[in-house]
Amino acid sequence: MVRIGAFFVGLFFSGWLLVTFLVGAVSFVSEPPAPTAEHEFHLHPKEVSYSFNGPLGHYDKAQLQRGFQVFKEVCSACHSLKFVAFRDLEALGYNEAEVKAIAKNWAIKTPDVDPKTGEMAGRAPVPSDHFPKPFANNVAAAAANNNAIPPDLSLMTKARHDGSAYVYSLLTGFQDQPAELLKEFPDAKTPTGLHYNPYFANLNLAMAPPLTAEGQVTYGDGTKPTVDQMAKDVSAFLTWTAEPKLENRKRAGVAALFFLLIATGLAYMSYRNIWANTKH
Amino acid sequence: MSFPWAQHYTPKAPLMQWIDQRLPLPRLVYNAVGAGYPVPRNLNYFWNFGVLSGLALMIQIVTGIIMAMHYGANELVAFSSIEHTMRDVNGGWLMRYAHANGASFFFIVVYLHIFRGLYFSSYKAPREMVWLLGLVIFLLMMATAFMGYVLPWGQMSYWGAKVITGLFGAIPLVGEPIQTWLLGGFAPGNAALNRFFSLHYLLPFVIAGVIILHIWALHIPGSSNPTGVEVKGPQDTVPFHPYYTAKDGFGAGVFLILFAILLYFAPNFLGHPDNYIEANPLSTPAHIVPEWYFWPFYAILRAFTFDFFFIPAKLLGVLAMFASILLLFFLPWLDTSPVRSGNYRPVFKKFFWILVADVLVLGYCGGAPAAEPFVMISQVAAAYYFAHFLIILPLIAMFEKPLPLPGSITEAVLAKHGEHGAAVVPAE
Repeated sequence: MVRIGAFFVGLFFSGWLLVTFLVGAVSFVSEPPAPTAEHEFHLHPKEVSYSFNGPLGHYDKAQLQRGFQVFKEVCSACHSLKFVAFRDLEALGYNEAEVKAIAKNWAIKTPDVDPKTGEMAGRAPVPSDHFPKPFANNVAAAAANNNAIPPDLSLMTKARHDGSAYVYSLLTGFQDQPAELLKEFPDAKTPTGLHYNPYFANLNLAMAPPLTAEGQVTYGDGTKPTVDQMAKDVSAFLTWTAEPKLENRKRAGVAALFFLLIATGLAYMSYRNIWANTKH
Repeated sequence: MSFPWAQHYTPKAPLMQWIDQRLPLPRLVYNAVGAGYPVPRNLNYFWNFGVLSGLALMIQIVTGIIMAMHYGANELVAFSSIEHTMRDVNGGWLMRYAHANGASFFFIVVYLHIFRGLYFSSYKAPREMVWLLGLVIFLLMMATAFMGYVLPWGQMSYWGAKVITGLFGAIPLVGEPIQTWLLGGFAPGNAALNRFFSLHYLLPFVIAGVIILHIWALHIPGSSNPTGVEVKGPQDTVPFHPYYTAKDGFGAGVFLILFAILLYFAPNFLGHPDNYIEANPLSTPAHIVPEWYFWPFYAILRAFTFDFFFIPAKLLGVLAMFASILLLFFLPWLDTSPVRSGNYRPVFKKFFWILVADVLVLGYCGGAPAAEPFVMISQVAAAYYFAHFLIILPLIAMFEKPLPLPGSITEAVLAKHGEHGAAVVPAE
């Protein structure tokens, strides 16, 4: 009984799937799906080499400081960094006094209650505060940015495939729409207010090119601030904001593997030893 | 329950004798996973995955309990409480990554354990109950993993919860009330998050309970083995301890090395980037996909694109997805071949490897966007999946001529070492 029932259930599911497949295959051949501009012109992130890549990778503190400077002077005007606190910056090599000064002089105030009146008011951030948001809420953010809400950047490099290279590619990837694209897809012209960038999933994004000219920031360590350099530095900084424990993780990993290899080697030897006189 | 030649627990220390007379717990352990459990001497490395599954469950329970100490089951703080764990809790990043990747490793070893059972027909009499309880564990694992994935309250958490509970909405007449009842609302929200957290904490202990039944049921007939020939005498077995504890120790070492490589050097490799974006009910991700271990079933769900007369395609997909797991419960009665091991079943063996390839193809299609050619490929692959278990397996059992079986486990072992007719020496 079980096998007869199973036979008919199997026949039903498999049969209907094959019918569905045949109908789908016929329509796929007779009317192949139309190509789209996204499909043909979207590019995967460029190859970038970072100091933190690889199993022994570590952050380059000077680069993170430069990246932080780019974030502070360019990105932070629109983007929040809500999961990162000023105190975290000590990992970049700043000392306590420097962190305190960075927090105190931050352009955006931390919303708080006025201790005298109880009214909502802004105050200068302290090191234990997270980075204050540039807009009070999403409505304000959308209103100021052509209806697009600038996303929080704390986790950006983990929230995209190949995140660090993606951020770098996006920042250096703004360009005019290729003529072939317009020729092939006349309807896909970038709408006004948006900007063409082949590294963005649907090719057009609301953010205007943020890094436009060499020397947009002045690096204290004498590194030449080309657009390419700034993009690389800020993408490294955003990798740190997304994965601040990367160095601890890789260090612990090397130690754990070292231990496990020895332990497993010993386990293997005791296994062989115990079974030495038993054929199996 | 065990073979008559099993070693007996005879505590020497007075304290152990005192305990044994009052609460024979050490005796229970000795007979279950100690020297008192005789096991076939010829088990290969595929028999390591039961113990490794238990190890994976322990890792999940320990890391999960620690994570729960820092987690806030509320839609306003869930996402940031995970980030707090990752950034501000000592070793929190390790617990979190170990828990997320531990789930993947749990499924890897359980899938290997299940396919071991399929190849060596471990589900056949007298071990049907072991197989059925194993499937119950598998279903509980899937429920636990699904609810656990919702807890970080990222984009995939939210939309995954919406899609999966939406499956119940496909049931005619009562579907939508059931969906609303499951979620505690019309869409995933605080009510859903809280109950998922509560159940996610409960179910692993239910799994642990069913594992005890699983092992209990296994110990009645004793472990199967790669020849599929039952144990005939003391020369066929070795005591579980130290023989298989040592082998499992080595297996656990290899497991932990692979786990450590992923955990420490590519902790987000198996995850979806969208889950690092906080849940937003107003923004649907471009492709909603579950975690990789659900992909084969997700592909079956999406393979149904046409209504069958009055049955809507969505309902068909849901029925097929549940059927694809439930049919495994009937396996002991579908495959009537008296031979267990695939090693002695030439036709079955070929179809087994086709099934393995088929499930891998289904998995690939389940993770790909719901577009052609993946839908067409998954339709063919899903058709094979059902045909394999429900039509082909029973037919093979009827028509296949199996190879001659060895007379006993010991005979097979000695033949492997080229010692035909050698004296049979009891293996301890």
